[in-house]
Amino acid sequence: MTDGKLITGAELAASGSWHGSPQTQRRLRKRQAAEKRFRAYGLVAILMGVSFVALLFFDIVAKGWTAFMQTHIQLEVTYDPEVLGIADSGDTQALSRANYTGMVKAAMRKTFPNVSGRRAKRALYGTVSSGAGFVLRERMMANPDLLGSTEKLWLPADDDIDMLLKGHIRRDAPESDRRVSDQQIAWVEQLEQSGQIRKQFNTTFFTAGDSREPELAGIRGATTGSFYTLLVTLILSFPLAVAAAIYLEEFAPKNRWTDIIEVNINNLAAVPSIVFGLLGLAVFINFFGLPRSAPLVGGLVLTLMTLPTIIIASRAALKSVPPSIREAALGMGASKTQMITHHVLPLAMPGMLTGTIIGMAQALGETAPLLMIGMVAFIVDVPGGPLEPATVLPVQIFLWADSPERAFVERTSAAIMVLLGFLILMNALAVVLRRRFERRW
Amino acid sequence: MRKPLIAAALAGAVLSVPTVAQAARDYISIVGSSTVYPFATVVAEQFGKTTRFKTPKIESTGSGGGLKLFCQGVGIKHPDITNASRRIKKSEVDKCAKNGVTEILEVKIGYDGIVVANSKKGPQLKMTRKDLFLALAKEVPDPKGGEQLVENPYKRWKQVNASLPDVKIEVLGPPPTSGTRDAFVELALEGGCKKFGFIKAMKKSDKKGYKTVCHTIREDGAYVEAGENDNLIVQKLEANPNALGVFGFSFLDQNTDKVQGSVVDNVAPTFDNIADGLYPISRPLYFYVKKAHIGNVPGIKEFLAEFASEKAWGPDGYLTDKGLIPMPDAERKKFLADIKKLTNLKLASN
Repeated sequence: MTDGKLITGAELAASGSWHGSPQTQRRLRKRQAAEKRFRAYGLVAILMGVSFVALLFFDIVAKGWTAFMQTHIQLEVTYDPEVLGIADSGDTQALSRANYTGMVKAAMRKTFPNVSGRRAKRALYGTVSSGAGFVLRERMMANPDLLGSTEKLWLPADDDIDMLLKGHIRRDAPESDRRVSDQQIAWVEQLEQSGQIRKQFNTTFFTAGDSREPELAGIRGATTGSFYTLLVTLILSFPLAVAAAIYLEEFAPKNRWTDIIEVNINNLAAVPSIVFGLLGLAVFINFFGLPRSAPLVGGLVLTLMTLPTIIIASRAALKSVPPSIREAALGMGASKTQMITHHVLPLAMPGMLTGTIIGMAQALGETAPLLMIGMVAFIVDVPGGPLEPATVLPVQIFLWADSPERAFVERTSAAIMVLLGFLILMNALAVVLRRRFERRW
Repeated sequence: MRKPLIAAALAGAVLSVPTVAQAARDYISIVGSSTVYPFATVVAEQFGKTTRFKTPKIESTGSGGGLKLFCQGVGIKHPDITNASRRIKKSEVDKCAKNGVTEILEVKIGYDGIVVANSKKGPQLKMTRKDLFLALAKEVPDPKGGEQLVENPYKRWKQVNASLPDVKIEVLGPPPTSGTRDAFVELALEGGCKKFGFIKAMKKSDKKGYKTVCHTIREDGAYVEAGENDNLIVQKLEANPNALGVFGFSFLDQNTDKVQGSVVDNVAPTFDNIADGLYPISRPLYFYVKKAHIGNVPGIKEFLAEFASEKAWGPDGYLTDKGLIPMPDAERKKFLADIKKLTNLKLASN
C-alpha cells in the first residue's frame, strides 16, 4: 500500500488474505467473542432482574391469594328478644347496645347441643369470629323487624379456624403445637360434613378499616387515607412544580443564582424521605399546629418530597419543545405568556403529566416520612376527610407485617398485591400518556 | 377568570386550617410502646364498636418516644394516653411537670414474658440467667478464674455450660430502641450478672461500672440485631435451627408449631408460669393517662372502664387471647380502684 498500488483480490488470496493471516484471525475471534460476552452480560443482567421480580411476585401472590377468601360458618340465628335484652324494637339505643354476641353463642349451642363445661363452651364460641355479633347488629339496626325471627346466616369464622381450613395450620400436628384444639377440629369436621362451613369471597377485606382480628381487618381505611394524601399532594405539587419549571426554563436568566437553584433542586430529589418527615413534624405540626396523623400533613410532606421529581420532569418536557415553536409564536405577535400558555405548555404537558404520575407513584409507596407525623397508627374508622386521622396503604402493610396473628401473613401479602396493582396502573398510565400524546421533533 | 378563583379557594383552604385544628378532638389519641400496642388496639377496637365514641387512634412509637410526646404538654394536640413496657422514670415525671402535665394516672395492665426461643427442629434448651449473661454480655468474668473481666471469649453454648449443646452462640434479638431489649437486658442479663459476687459488690462501690458490665450486650456478631419485627425473628429461627431468638410471649403463643421457648432457671415460659410470677424474665406493662384531658376529650373514662373490665384484662378476658398475662386478683382490684378514684401517680423514692 505504501507505493500507492491497490492490492487486487488475486494478490490478497495469494498472500493468504488479511483475514487469513493467523494473527488477524486470532484477533478477530477475540473481538467477536468479546462482543458476544458483552451482549451476554446485558442479557444476564436483564434475566436476573426479571427473575427477581418474578420471584417477588410469585412469593407475594402465593402467600396472599388465599386472603381473598374467608371461611364462613352457617348458623341458624334467632333474634330472641330475651337473649338480646330488647323489649321494644323501636328503641334504637337498646338495639345498638343489645347482646348480639349472646345470640351467636346461643346459635352455636344449638348447632352443638352436647357441648358442656365452661372451657369447652369457650372453645366452641372461639370458632366463630368475635366480629360475628357486629354482623348481626348491622342487620338488626337496618331492619328492626327482624326481632323475634330466625334466619340462616353465613358468619365469619375465627382466624385460627380460617388458617386451619386453608392448610396454614396442619391438622396432623400434635395438639400442643397448634392453636386449634382436637375438639375444635372435630367440630369443624362435623360442620364440613353437614356443609355448614365454606370459603367465600372476602368482601370484608375491601370494605372494612383496620382491625386486630384478621378476619375483620380490611384495607378500605388505608386506601381512603392514601387517596386523601395523594389528592393533597397532587393539588399542591403539580401547580407549584409546573410554575417553577416554567419560570426556570422560560424566564429565569442564566446566572449563578439559577445554577445554585438547579443544583439544589437536584439535591432535594436525593434527600432521604425521612428528612422530609422530620421537617413536616417541626414545621406543620409543631409550628403551625396542624393535627397529627392527618392526610393533610401527610400530603404536605409528600409534596415536598415529590416537588423536585416533578420539577425536573417538567423542565425536561419544556426543553424538548423546539425553539422554532417559540420563535414562530413570538414572530406572529404573541406575548410571552401567550406563547407559553397557548403553544409550549400544551406540547410539554404529556411529559409533565408523566413526571407527575411517576412522582405520585413514588409518594404512594412512601412510609418513612409518615412515621414522624403520626400516620403509622392503628386507625379503625375509615377517614371522612383530609383532617381526620388516617393511615396509608404501605403503612398498613408495615403494621400487619408486625402483627403476631398468623392470618395477618396472607393479609399482608394481599395488601401488597393491591398496592402493586395501583402502582402498575399508575405507571402504565404514564407509559400510555407518553405513547399517545408525546410528540417527537 | 377561573384561575383567580382557584387561587382564592386554595388560599381560603390554607387559612381555614388552623381554626379547624384548634377545634375539639372527638377521639382519644394514644401513643407509646410497641409491646403494649397489640393489647391497646384490641381494647380500642372493642371500645369503638360497642360505644357511641370513636375508636381511639393508637400510634406505636416505643415507650420512650411515647412518654416524650405525652410529656410535651396539656392540650388537644398532645396525646391523652401513653403506653409503656416499663415504668415511667423520675426524669420523665419531672419533664412532664415542667410542661404542665402534673396529674398523671398510672395503670398497670398485666405482664409480658420475654422468651428465648429456638426452632422446633432443635432440642428445647435449659439454661440459667447466668448462662445467658455469659453468652451475651460484652465483658464476662475471666473463665480461668479470678475477679477480672475479659472480653467475652465464649463462642459455643457448650463452653458456657457443659449441659448445653455444642452449637455456635447465635441470638437474634431486638435493637436498643426497643423496650423488649431494655427489659431483656435488665431482667435476664442483670439477673445473671448478679450471680457473680464481685460484680454484685460493684453495685455499691461503682454503680456506673456495674451497669456497664451487666447491661452491655456483646457486639462481635453473636447477638444479631434483628429489627423490631418479631415475626421476622420467628421466620429466621425456622430457617436456622441453631439460632435462638428473643421476643415477647405473644409471638411464642401464636407460633407454638414453629418455635419453642427455652426453660430459664428451671421454669418453662408458659402462660401459667408467667402469670404466677415464676418465670424470671417477665415485666409489667403500663399505660399513663393525662388527667387534665379527662372530660375534655370524650370517652377517656369509658375507655378506662373498658380496659379495666374483667372481660378485657381478667384471667379469661379477650386480652389473654392475645397473649397478655393477667395480674393477680388483688392487683387488678387495686388498679381498678385507682382508675375509679383517679389516683395521682406517686413514684416511690427510688
